[in-house]
Amino acid sequence: MPDWLQLMWSSLGPLLWAALVYTVPLTLLSFVLGLIVGLVCAVVRLFGPRPLVWIVRFYVWIIRGTPLLVQLFVIFYGLPSIGVTLDAFTAGLIGFTLNVGAYTSEILRAVLSAVPKGQWEASYSIGMTWSQAMRRTIVPQAARIAVPPLSNSFISLVKDTSLAAAITVPELFQAAQRIVATTYEPLVLYIEAALIYLVISSVLSSLQQRLEVRFGQYGGFLEARA
Amino acid sequence: MIELAGLEKRFGDHLVLRGIDLSMQEGSVTALVGPSGGGKSTLLRCINLLEIPSAGSLQVGGEKIAFRQDARPPRADVQKIRRQTGMVFQNFQLFPHRSAIENVMEGLVTVLKWPKDRARERAMELLTKVGMAQKADAWPSTLSGGQQQRVAIARALAPSPRVLLCDEPTSALDPELSGEVVEVLAQLAREGTTMVMATHDLRLAARVAGEVIVLDDGQVVETGASKVIFSHPSRERTKRFIATLTSESEGLDFRSND
Repeated sequence: MPDWLQLMWSSLGPLLWAALVYTVPLTLLSFVLGLIVGLVCAVVRLFGPRPLVWIVRFYVWIIRGTPLLVQLFVIFYGLPSIGVTLDAFTAGLIGFTLNVGAYTSEILRAVLSAVPKGQWEASYSIGMTWSQAMRRTIVPQAARIAVPPLSNSFISLVKDTSLAAAITVPELFQAAQRIVATTYEPLVLYIEAALIYLVISSVLSSLQQRLEVRFGQYGGFLEARA
Repeated sequence: MIELAGLEKRFGDHLVLRGIDLSMQEGSVTALVGPSGGGKSTLLRCINLLEIPSAGSLQVGGEKIAFRQDARPPRADVQKIRRQTGMVFQNFQLFPHRSAIENVMEGLVTVLKWPKDRARERAMELLTKVGMAQKADAWPSTLSGGQQQRVAIARALAPSPRVLLCDEPTSALDPELSGEVVEVLAQLAREGTTMVMATHDLRLAARVAGEVIVLDDGQVVETGASKVIFSHPSRERTKRFIATLTSESEGLDFRSND
């Protein structure tokens, strides 16, 4: 076995462990929480009172207009000076959640308003309330068109979590950095880390395809080619 | 059964309905006809409060509600009126993510909280009535326009509304497909279903409706039995309007939709 392969093999354990304990939970948690934030923001933008709409627009403006890395630094290194000290994982979780929330709120706003107005009227006409119509008629149809753009956000997020290395979260990329510091083999280790990210993203992409098939069963749209 | 008194609807500065007074009896079938933009659809949509009238009052069955320009009526009152009515739309508006039978069950299960198997039974009866039982498990996107509209009629009837409102139920259909929808509506009329329909389709109005209301520029300009209105309209404008409908229906083969 050549030396580089040996090194890859011996580092695989620690890298996978870091991915499993930090990268994956950070990704899943912040995506789920971010989706909730995004849904609330989208509903406010579409149906909420003026002042709340302004607050949401301000939030989206700030998050989309500033670098994620800078946001993470503000939360982890900046907030302690006003008395808010967070551990690295929590700081990362908050940063990523806010980020996912801002971007997905725009996606969700678009897909919710893409459901024809007649579907609301049909729901009302059989006696549904606003929330019943939202839950039973609008969201299921919006979910279908939301799968591809939300998958984009999700896959970006997996890779973005590598930024958490900069605020001391010992996730996949930081684990690779630490091994490089003792072995001086950056090329091998960083390629190995990249491959692990690639595997995670690929799994998610195939999940996306399955979701599309599942949501697509009722037809009426152009068939997507696999 | 249905009573409208001084009903007005304003969109911005535009007065679309100018004080409508009407009453419709239980078991009657009323066609709202008149030129486009005359207020037919708006009037129909005011009866189930998809549009909230700006003034006047509305009574459907035992529920009465009065309107003011500056205040929306309480949601509970709106719900009460809506539960007395069923609506059939020009473009069907079936729920595309639910099968035919699930469309019909939806109001029973979600709104009336019926158990699923009871709702399924009732939905199947209605689908049988509109001749769609064999397509119960089909997705709406696989059905023809006429079939979708028949399922939509079953969906509207499911919660046993006191009145069925039909907004141009045949005008998105070609003549052959609209024929099957007219058949279903005619059968419902024979069974005593109370209906109000806005329509351009003379075949539908003449075949199904007992009463005709001619609306023009937001006002009722003529009312009467459909036989009388279609053969002996009293006003010149109505005469001309009926004449255009007649020539349109003679040329139906060339007219795919509205």
